[in-house]
Amino acid sequence: MTRYLGLYFARIGFSVATALIGVFFALPLVWFIFAPFNPRAELGLSIPDPFSLTNFEAVFQNGFAMRGLWNSLVQSVGGVILVGAGATLASYALSRSPIPGKSLITYILLLFSSVVSGSAAMVPIFLIINGIGLIDTQIAVILVFAGGLLPTAMFILRDFIDSIPKSYEESAMVAGASPVQAFFDVALPVIRPGIVVVVVWAFVSIWGSFLIPFILLRSSEKMPASVAIYSFYSEAGTPIVTLLAAYSLLYSLPVVILYLFVSWKFGFRFFGGIKA
Amino acid sequence: MKSFSLLSRGTGVAFLAPAGLLIGAFVIAPFFWVIFVSFTNRSLLGRAAVDPDFVGLENYFSLFDAATFFTRGEFGSSLILTIQFVLLSAVVGQAALGMLLAWMLQSVPKSLKHVTETVAIGAWILPEVVIAFAWFAFLDYENGTLNMIIEALGLPPGDWLLSFPFWAIVVFNTWRGTAFSMMLFNSAFSSIPPSYFQAADVAGASSWQKFRDIGLPLIRGHVVTDLILITMWSFNVFTPFLLTSGGPSYRTEILPIYTYRVAFRDFDFGKGAAVGVVVMLINLVFALFYLWVMRRRAKGVAA
Repeated sequence: MTRYLGLYFARIGFSVATALIGVFFALPLVWFIFAPFNPRAELGLSIPDPFSLTNFEAVFQNGFAMRGLWNSLVQSVGGVILVGAGATLASYALSRSPIPGKSLITYILLLFSSVVSGSAAMVPIFLIINGIGLIDTQIAVILVFAGGLLPTAMFILRDFIDSIPKSYEESAMVAGASPVQAFFDVALPVIRPGIVVVVVWAFVSIWGSFLIPFILLRSSEKMPASVAIYSFYSEAGTPIVTLLAAYSLLYSLPVVILYLFVSWKFGFRFFGGIKA
Repeated sequence: MKSFSLLSRGTGVAFLAPAGLLIGAFVIAPFFWVIFVSFTNRSLLGRAAVDPDFVGLENYFSLFDAATFFTRGEFGSSLILTIQFVLLSAVVGQAALGMLLAWMLQSVPKSLKHVTETVAIGAWILPEVVIAFAWFAFLDYENGTLNMIIEALGLPPGDWLLSFPFWAIVVFNTWRGTAFSMMLFNSAFSSIPPSYFQAADVAGASSWQKFRDIGLPLIRGHVVTDLILITMWSFNVFTPFLLTSGGPSYRTEILPIYTYRVAFRDFDFGKGAAVGVVVMLINLVFALFYLWVMRRRAKGVAA
């Protein structure tokens, strides 16, 4: 009897503790849920009265703010195309061609990509981009991210391709397809889910990043939203909270939508395994 | 029988070329370039920007100079700060809190589990700039949500980013990253056959005994994986810069922020590169350890 009572209390204790930790995670975000809809928002928490969309109107009318979102899109999509295409081709080659030392290549690339982090390599990345004359261009941001994200993307995709039986492409080739046709017409449709995961992961990584565009870009009209957001300060140096809050929400939306998409499609554990 | 491969070697190389070029130029070249620059007095402006001199180990001597090593705002002090930051926010904060959450989430009502997971994951996936701004508002002295709650409880408010900047970034990084450990341990626990726990229940084991004797030993491998990954990420994280810019008076200047200041504020690229080399060496130790663990595990499964 006492044992069941003990279990019962343990369960209540766990629920209370979990709820408290949940509150710890929720609290810093509560402000961020209300402030975008409050035309008089300050750093303090207050329920908007009335709820209004004027902050968003102000953002939409602010050419600089919209330009930041557009630049984020350009840089993310550009990076994603390079990562998606490059990683698909490369991991297919690593999985299906007789190149010697294939698994060693994968491991060495993975090793390099985890050692050469943005914060350790900010100086050489800046100098290399400067040396090839691409400083303050959006293409520089795209190229740096593509290089940095490719090893992990290749690792994920290679795992995926290795798990697909070769007989798919072999039967296509028996029927007279060339290797390249077998890749595009048979293999590519089968590995598409893997490509989707890699593409979403790369998009979210680039979209949310701050350091690389921060050191590579100078002119304000090229800044992505993550850097542009820091110009929403008044001349006195205080943040224009209404604008910042609404902008932050707009800027977060793609990440949230993609997250929901991936967890709906693959379950969130999959997403969890591949971030960062 | 001749082994048949789908792609000829030539096509394989052609398929590898685009990725290889990009990785070569922006991952592998920086690795060697940073070592090279760390032996020069290269700067952003002036003559040393165009025509830097070779200075040997001078940058490293200045980093490890015993006279200033522990001075606040110098390399040694930043290194120690970083180690404390990683131990407290990643190993203690993220891993322990993630473990606690993953364990408790198994036996709490479904709705509570969903809500808690959602907010923790929200903290983890939102862009770092947005998170930093939300925390800036949360910790604001005059109106911040935290002080509002504290005052409601009848306690004195605090100017957290000024008085306890280091603890602020430790809690911040714990909050930001716990979701990863939580999800990893969560899926590890759910891979344990339920019959193990049922047998323990019949024997009258407490939750703590089940955790200590069944849960933890069976997911040991996941714990090692988790610790290495979150240690590396926290060691390289730049996000606290968005909350404190490394201040006040260098008290939150972890190595990534220190590197940024030396290279891009003081324009001393040579010294910044030398810091980068040290950081990469530490990363290398962790990464090799990780690969070693992974390979050993792969062999263990095959055997």
